Amino acid sequence: MRARRPVLTVQDLRVTYGGAVQALRGISMEVPDGKVVAVLGSNGAGKSTLLRTVSGTLKLHRGRVESGSVRLDGTDLLARDAAQTVRSGVVQVPEGRRIFGRLTVEENLRAGAMGNRDRAARAAAQARVHELFPVLKERSSQRGGLLSGGEQQMLAIGRALMASPKLLLLDEPSLGLAPRVIGQIGEVIAEINRQGTSVLLVEQNATMALGVADLAYVLDVGEVSLSGEAGVLAGTDEVQRLYLGHDADHQRGRRATSGRTLSRWTA
Amino acid sequence: MNQFLSLLLNGVSLGALYALIALGFVIIFKSSEVVSFTHGSLLLLGAYSIARLSGPLGFWLAVLAGLLITAVAAFLVERLIINRLRGAAVISLAIVTIGVDIILLTELVRRIGSDILNVPHPWGGQSVRIGPVGLSQNRLIAILVAGALIAAFFAAFKYSSWGVAMRASAEDGETAALMGIRQGRVSAVSWVVAGVLAGVAALFLVGSPTPGVTPANYAVALRAFPAAILGGLDSTGGALVGGLLIGIAEALAAGYQDQLLFLGRGFSAIVPFIVMIAVLLVRPSGLFGTKELTRV
Ligand SMILES: Nc1ncnc2c1ncn2[C@@H]1O[C@H](COP(=O)(O)OP(=O)(O)O)[C@@H](O)[C@H]1O
Ligand SMILES: [Mg+2]
Repeated sequence: MRARRPVLTVQDLRVTYGGAVQALRGISMEVPDGKVVAVLGSNGAGKSTLLRTVSGTLKLHRGRVESGSVRLDGTDLLARDAAQTVRSGVVQVPEGRRIFGRLTVEENLRAGAMGNRDRAARAAAQARVHELFPVLKERSSQRGGLLSGGEQQMLAIGRALMASPKLLLLDEPSLGLAPRVIGQIGEVIAEINRQGTSVLLVEQNATMALGVADLAYVLDVGEVSLSGEAGVLAGTDEVQRLYLGHDADHQRGRRATSGRTLSRWTA
Repeated sequence: MNQFLSLLLNGVSLGALYALIALGFVIIFKSSEVVSFTHGSLLLLGAYSIARLSGPLGFWLAVLAGLLITAVAAFLVERLIINRLRGAAVISLAIVTIGVDIILLTELVRRIGSDILNVPHPWGGQSVRIGPVGLSQNRLIAILVAGALIAAFFAAFKYSSWGVAMRASAEDGETAALMGIRQGRVSAVSWVVAGVLAGVAALFLVGSPTPGVTPANYAVALRAFPAAILGGLDSTGGALVGGLLIGIAEALAAGYQDQLLFLGRGFSAIVPFIVMIAVLLVRPSGLFGTKELTRV
């Protein structure tokens, strides 16, 4: 594929929690400008840790960057706190949606726009969000906690878009949703990307993620075990076996099952 | 009946002032996760500053300066201490605020000495009659000003960016940070607002029927504390209801003290705490609160 200037560059990143747990053991990756990059991995692989490091919330979890770098268009993101990171154009949709349940839908969106100082940009973001998610406009005065799971995920994504990010980070948006809704989320991500936002998508649901991604990385206990174009990766035995639920054991012999056990996605 | 109505109205005026102070407690708790015990000395600082500056500056400028001083003091406590201890246990932070309170209080008591400083309110000590019911002019104006401030506060809390940011970060601090909300700033604004509210309460609390600025004013903030707790420490509506409840209960107990003599003289001063304990026994998280204090 054609090389593009990366919007996000992660180099040799090592992260620990409480000085003991090594969550990331030296990973390197890139998000090319305008692309969707998927990071696959089972529970505990370090996916959320990667996003926390990028978004500047690692400290809230008592995590620490031991070495490595995270750069956005060449500027060092590790030196920025969460609020500054949002202002530089990187916004994370957290795992489990985490919408403000006691705030109305409209207030949730207002909260998302707090890092967006430009009035015109805020208005444009609001229009884009209502167009992508008409349901949020209909429900604007309802409390967030009353929305269904799928609607909450849309609110969480819409809220993040209110900051007009150039890079959107998504932590397992399919978690706990019905297959039909997961399909919609996939389409929304593709549409957001078409409108010019780069996306870093963390998932256990490989089918959805590889469906929308251009590139993918497989994270395994804090290390990148595979990477490449999403279509190619989807065809490899390892991804088929571990993430797409196809049993490739008969081709490779029994040794494949004797190693580590990885939990499969359950969404 | 007339006596009852009089006491009720006096209770409402006192309660509105308690509510101002209690609202400050609540927004500080919501935005900084701190139970602030500095309010007593902040209130006294406001009263002292207004009284001392009234001579050189005249009443109105002194009020402005007094509010400014209280707000700046609250701001400095947040910036210099609370903000740096973010993430510490609620109980340690509470004890830190007690420390700050003692330092400030000691200095103020030393300055006030045994004097009673007077604030020369342009409205005198006379009382007004509304139908059969009497109320000091000072307390009547207090009701009007406190009412307007409380209404403005609730409007800001509901509609302003600060209000949205504050409610978002109170509900989920990490996610608020992910949205670019600067919690330090939200917290600093909350302390400033709380300082101003305490300053306004101080202005009226040192007027008729109270004799003037004495270290005893300090105890008033302590009685607003049960108001905040019984309303639910994280509920602004609860602070309002709690303040009024405590104010009315205290005024009634004081008014009927002859009938309540069997409970001992000065019973009215402890009524706020008795009401608080009674409410908490029935509802441990307060009338409208969502968090139990023991769980934080
Ligand atoms: N706050 C934390 N404190 C200590 N260890 C943590 C914390 N968060 C995650 N970990 C550990 O770091 C590793 C990676 O976790 P995480 O990034 O959440 O993985 P994933 O999102 O892929 O499920 C796991 O071993 C997990 O137990
Ligand atoms: Mg995770």
